[in-house]
Amino acid sequence: MKGLLPDLDLVRKDFPILERTFDGGETPLVYLDSANTSQKPQIVIDTMVDHLERHNANIARAMHHLGAEATEAFEGARDTVARFLGAPERDEVIFTKNASEGLNLVANTVPLSPGDVVVTTEMEHHSNIVPWQLATQRSGASLKWFGLTDSGELDLSNIDELITPATKIVALTWVSNMLGTINPIAEITRKAHEVGALVVIDAAQAAPVLPIDLASMPEEERPDFLVFTGHKVVGPTGIGVLWGRRAALEALPPFLGGGEMIATVTMEKATYAPIPHKFEAGTPPIAEAIGLGAALEYLMHVGMENIHAHEQAITAYALERLASVPGVTVLGPPDAAKRGGAISFELDGVHPHDVAQVLDSKGVAIRAGHHCAKPAHQRFGVQASNRMSSYLYTTPAEIDALVEGLEYVRSFFKLDK
Amino acid sequence: MTAANLESMYQEIILDHYKNPHGKGLRDPFEAEVHHVNPTCGDEITLRVHVVGGKIEDISYDSLGCSISQASASVLNDLVVGKTVDEAMVIHEEFLRLMQGKGQVEPDEDILEDGIAFAGVAKFPARIKCALLSWMAWKDAAAQANEHALAEEK
Ligand SMILES: Cc1ncc(COP(=O)(O)O)c(C=O)c1O
Repeated sequence: MKGLLPDLDLVRKDFPILERTFDGGETPLVYLDSANTSQKPQIVIDTMVDHLERHNANIARAMHHLGAEATEAFEGARDTVARFLGAPERDEVIFTKNASEGLNLVANTVPLSPGDVVVTTEMEHHSNIVPWQLATQRSGASLKWFGLTDSGELDLSNIDELITPATKIVALTWVSNMLGTINPIAEITRKAHEVGALVVIDAAQAAPVLPIDLASMPEEERPDFLVFTGHKVVGPTGIGVLWGRRAALEALPPFLGGGEMIATVTMEKATYAPIPHKFEAGTPPIAEAIGLGAALEYLMHVGMENIHAHEQAITAYALERLASVPGVTVLGPPDAAKRGGAISFELDGVHPHDVAQVLDSKGVAIRAGHHCAKPAHQRFGVQASNRMSSYLYTTPAEIDALVEGLEYVRSFFKLDK
Repeated sequence: MTAANLESMYQEIILDHYKNPHGKGLRDPFEAEVHHVNPTCGDEITLRVHVVGGKIEDISYDSLGCSISQASASVLNDLVVGKTVDEAMVIHEEFLRLMQGKGQVEPDEDILEDGIAFAGVAKFPARIKCALLSWMAWKDAAAQANEHALAEEK
């Protein structure tokens, strides 16, 4: 199959969990839930263990060997993130707890007033909806939405009504976690910048599969903020990234107060550290940041272009195979080239919970529910859906196992041919 | 989960109730109506109770969800309609005890009848909420109907 990673067998060996079996060794794991969280290569696990076993100390404030080593590793991870994103400056990389915290940070600190408009889309993850609902409710600004076309793409026909001089923020996902759609963020960013709005990109699903090079984007098309989460890019949980354009970050007030984020504190007031530390109050998740650095080094070593090609090949194969199962309807764009690694689908006559439960008995792990994207489900009149999601370690044989599993679901619930 | 576990969860009784739910649909009259959702998966139920003089005359409901949540609403309807609220509370307690018993509880068939089929579900933490959705909605609605009755008496 064209596009698959040439060393797929070797890649799989890097992920110890893929050896897992159930039922006393009879049922191998078929992990198709990577859009929920990805699995971790040995190098990430080892790097974190090594840090905890040999270098553990608090960063920036410990005047000893270990403190220096931990600080160097932590700041080294920031350099790696900057390289992974092609960030114009490494100090523009802020460590957060996850993507949600990055979005909340921006939504809590950007100035908004009555009459201002925040624009988002109907395909967002709840993490890119609720913070803006809170921010607009608090400030009296209003929240407007890009709708979706029937094939699951953004409906840009009314872009000139949505993006106007009143628009202060355009917040959207690069790749949908439910529909799989890749959005035209360059075009939308250009439009938003024409009216002086800030653009916030949720790259939680894009960072795992798309090569990103912020510095090479024309400035008018480069977002002002971008977030992603460590656990979806083969890194650990508890760590995420907010990248922001220096001037945009500097214009924001601090989000959380505490140690590390100050220049000096008196009883009357504090002055703040320069970015990135201004937004990193308290002791950060040090081992997790270092683990994230190792994860991104791993992905860059495999090559993001190669990973993207692999995802497209697997996605095309999965779309083709799913179409062969009676009663299956795929949501989102039919063309694999327009998609990331997640495919949501319905199986007529069986609720997603039941589909996932029966597949699990065959070792096949998928997600069932609304995938934290209820408005997108509502748009398509679907209460819940099944979602399979692949990653760089996914094989065509695993897609076959899913399809066989779905046939078994059909027979288990006695659906007609 | 092994195939045997799967069979124990999806008992024929459950699949039958799922395919032919008893008492489904919203009806008048009613004293209380509630809407409950399972936030993790989005299962939803709107449920009404009609109580006359402490006796449950009807439970009507409209719901969306998996086989477990649908079947459990149907079993709830079977078990509780026609009972007094106090009797129904005893059944509710027994169903709750079964579902929260991690698969270790021996259910009382005299009380739960078809409800004992849910014993297999209790082994799957992720599905317990599905089985309890309608029962929690009913308890809520019954409490509201009771308040309504007390207010009427005044
Ligand atoms: C598109 C999208 N945005 C945001 C998030 C939130 O990520 P996290 O829960 O790690 O903050 C997710 C993950 O579920 C996602 O898929």
